[in-house]
Amino acid sequence: MAAHLSSGRVNLTALREAGRRELREFLDKCAGSKAIVWDEYLTGPFGLIAQYSLLKEHEVEKMFTLKPGRLPQADVKNIIFFVRPKLELMDIITDNVLREDRGRSPQRDFHILFVPRRSLLCEQWLKEQGVLGSFIHREQYSLDLIPFDGDLLSMESENAFKECYLESDQTSLYHAAKGLMTLQALYGTIPQIFGKGECARHVANMMIRMKREFPGSQNSIFPVFDTLLLLDRNVDLLTPLATQLTYEGLIDEIYGIQNTYVKLPPEKFAPKKQGEGGKDLPTEPKKLQLNSAEELYAEIRDKNFNAVGSVLSKKAKIISAAFEERHHAKTVGEIKQFVSQLPHMQAARSSLANHTSIAELIKDITTSEDFFDNLTVEQEFMSGIDTDKVNNYIEDCIAQKHPLIKILRLVCLQSVCNSGLKQKVLDHYKKEILQTYGYEHILTLNNLEKAGLLKSQTSGRNNYPTIRKTLRLWMDDVNEQNPNDISYVYSGYAPLSVRLAQLLARPGWRSIEEVLKMLPGPHFEERQQLPTGLQKKRQHGENRVTLVFFLGGVTYAEIAALRFLSQMEDGGTEYVIATTKLINGTSWIKSLMEKLEPAPF
Amino acid sequence: TFDDEDDELSQLKESKRAVNSLRDIVDDDDDDLERVSWSGEPVGSISWSIKETASSSASSLEGRDSSLQKGSSSYTGFPKQASSYSLSSLFKGEFCLSLPALSDTGVKNYAPELRRPKAEYKDYSSDWSPKDTVRRMQRGKVCSLERFRSLQDKLVLLDEAVAGHDGNIITAVLIFLKRTLRKEILFRELEVRQVALCHLIHFLKETGEQKLLLDLLRFLDRTEEVALYCVKSSEDTSHIQDHYTLLERQIIIEANDRHLETAGQSEIFRKYPRKASILNMPLVTTLFYSCFYHYTEAELSALQIPDKQYVLTALAARAKLRAWNDVDALFTTKNWLGYTKKKAPIGFHRVVEILQRNNAPVQVLQEYVRLVEDVETRLNLATKYKCHDVVIDTYRDLKDRIQLAAYRCKVERGSAEEEKIDSILNNTVRNTVYLLETFIRDRHALGVQ
Repeated sequence: MAAHLSSGRVNLTALREAGRRELREFLDKCAGSKAIVWDEYLTGPFGLIAQYSLLKEHEVEKMFTLKPGRLPQADVKNIIFFVRPKLELMDIITDNVLREDRGRSPQRDFHILFVPRRSLLCEQWLKEQGVLGSFIHREQYSLDLIPFDGDLLSMESENAFKECYLESDQTSLYHAAKGLMTLQALYGTIPQIFGKGECARHVANMMIRMKREFPGSQNSIFPVFDTLLLLDRNVDLLTPLATQLTYEGLIDEIYGIQNTYVKLPPEKFAPKKQGEGGKDLPTEPKKLQLNSAEELYAEIRDKNFNAVGSVLSKKAKIISAAFEERHHAKTVGEIKQFVSQLPHMQAARSSLANHTSIAELIKDITTSEDFFDNLTVEQEFMSGIDTDKVNNYIEDCIAQKHPLIKILRLVCLQSVCNSGLKQKVLDHYKKEILQTYGYEHILTLNNLEKAGLLKSQTSGRNNYPTIRKTLRLWMDDVNEQNPNDISYVYSGYAPLSVRLAQLLARPGWRSIEEVLKMLPGPHFEERQQLPTGLQKKRQHGENRVTLVFFLGGVTYAEIAALRFLSQMEDGGTEYVIATTKLINGTSWIKSLMEKLEPAPF
Repeated sequence: TFDDEDDELSQLKESKRAVNSLRDIVDDDDDDLERVSWSGEPVGSISWSIKETASSSASSLEGRDSSLQKGSSSYTGFPKQASSYSLSSLFKGEFCLSLPALSDTGVKNYAPELRRPKAEYKDYSSDWSPKDTVRRMQRGKVCSLERFRSLQDKLVLLDEAVAGHDGNIITAVLIFLKRTLRKEILFRELEVRQVALCHLIHFLKETGEQKLLLDLLRFLDRTEEVALYCVKSSEDTSHIQDHYTLLERQIIIEANDRHLETAGQSEIFRKYPRKASILNMPLVTTLFYSCFYHYTEAELSALQIPDKQYVLTALAARAKLRAWNDVDALFTTKNWLGYTKKKAPIGFHRVVEILQRNNAPVQVLQEYVRLVEDVETRLNLATKYKCHDVVIDTYRDLKDRIQLAAYRCKVERGSAEEEKIDSILNNTVRNTVYLLETFIRDRHALGVQ
């Protein structure tokens, strides 16, 4: 079931197992039959830790979604709320508890499990509502880093970037540091820490402090990770704004991947049996899980989309040939062997069918004129062409009232690629946006400015060309089919963040001191002492393992680029990726937009 | 980037074909594959189970025997809720009927704070320093803060909390300070502690303590500190002023037009009834509205808007009404000698696109396609929208006999267009004269004598 977690260099099943253990322990504290009331947001992340069967073994008989009103009539001894520490959720819980029929017998006991942490604010709130005492167990479940795949961990903290950069609330960094401590408890102390950016510095400081303050955390596990690289998202604001061009990246850009699941329009996924379908075509979206447990997906997800078609057609031939074999099976033994392979072949066939359909859906979009125009403008900006004047295409899109997020992504991209826009250009864009989409968006524009995504060129100097040339961010001769450089993930643009990771491994950051100074925040190196017995003696040719932690979010294209580096022959380093949240340009900008309440009149 | 489409598409088609042909071979009643319900939730996953356990209890609640088979992945019994977790449609009626309103006394009875000994979660025993207190709180232990009496101690506590970066603890300390300090003092101290200040503002926003929040902002304003999310710069002020002016205009327009519409006297409102109120719509939408309903009136000038945006919006509105004369006037300029000239600040190719989207007739479209400056774009548009005359004239001007001959098969047989092509192709004499003329003109233009 969780085989994909152990496929990588670091066996992340252990982390998942630790999470399951903690969950079991909590459930056993509430003796007797139980019902869980879920904060809907949590079902996705929890699904990556445990299945219903685990809960059932611990007497969870019913599960409900949290919502106001009276709780359903489940005949259980315990009602447990699994919630994020949010005030609006506390109000719902309060309502549930107050409406509980106290006349019923036997009475039901209430408990709260806060994820990822207990919140004093929430408990205070419950106290003011007069219900705090109704809860027998109030505990926390620190779901800090959730294993998504064999080389990928995420905290799925949706507002981490906004909280850190707009609200100066560093709570998510505290959780990141705690997550890293858990990781070190399981996989050994990480001897080397590198970092770039304010948040990175904070997290490293907290880790060092936590280690000092809890001497018990000194463990005797042989270190699995050699290096930790902490990167602030605001060191590289450019990458998430560009349209990802890997297969997985495009699926996320177009349909949005949530906790490894994607929902797709059902039309292309017709019912499997003919005759049965036709009368009622499915209207609800088709939901698919995407991870490396699926062989074909693992092979194509990190490829440039232009290289996916040929792989699919090759696979189709192989599978067809395999099914043809049945005609040649003559003896009972041969038939038996064929039959024994059938389940595997069927799985491969259905996997191929799904991805062919998805590729067709994506193709419809990538071949559209507008996708092409948009991409052309993005690539012009990233390669440094005409970033200093008002762009015609952006103006056109505003005039045609394209979705606001698309406009904001482009304008921010232009701003970042020009180290800020000329005041006149910035004012022009702002005016057009406000006049077309409404003045209320001024708050969103302010947020983007605060986050540094949108700014006026104050210093009068544009550093981007220097950064681009030194870090080789733009590659003209990109090979999408058989890439030799990470720039294939954006068909020309090499993600800055991943370049930093690549250069750190070889030849080291000393070679790019000048550029590092142009990027925001400090860069640093820390060492954590290991007991002599645990110091690693590297075998010749053995790869180093680096954990890259993106504070503020990471895109699938960046993950693909790091996986590409891991797989490079004589690359010398394998990467595991951690982040506060898996993002794309749209979800990221959305998290920075001011939620608008309806006008008061 | 995506230039080798054909190849790509054919590859996809190929694998699609393979997949389809395999469909007949494979029987899907296999137990070895992971069982997945249609919506893709593996049977047994958490979100799948929520639906399952909830639906079975829902049906028992309704008092009828479950017509839904537990464990099946079909939800046909539940209209409109198969993909969401929402059960509100099922529960709503029951709850509203059976629930008496709860009084205050009810609250106390239902939620007595007695079920757990206080000592279990309060910690009175030791005398922790501010630093230790923060650390214990971070580890999830609840500590009493009441011990910190002096302002000095409270501020050390706050600074320790901020240094710990844990918003949960910072907020807890702020709640304590808010309760135990006079607000003037609290505000003064927070002014020099920006991180804590942000947390308090966020907290007040979240809990809806408007009054204290406004007091705080006013306090910050007075000292000319940045008022964190209010008006930030003079530039923002001008945007807000613009918004205000717009709202004023919208209120006037709305009142007038509602009256006109209900009176039923105005033809345009009868023919095209308004879909929604104009109040709170963006400026460009308001402009469109005005160009649609009030084009001839003076009101338009009241909306200040850049030239390009004005042209785009007016064009879209007038084209929708098929008022081609207005469209024509929009692009006609007169110079001081009285000659008229066509000019489009947005480029004529975009004029064509907009007109085409509004189903303008070929005669109208053609006129603007002809004005597109770039020859290649002009040819593309003319071919796409079948403006034969423009295509023919352009090839003639390019002296491209081959293309012209090729285009002949695209026009209707025996049509005026075909005749025109023939006459150009055949009339070699005139053609030669024409060529000579252009040759001379070109020489002249190059300054060659």
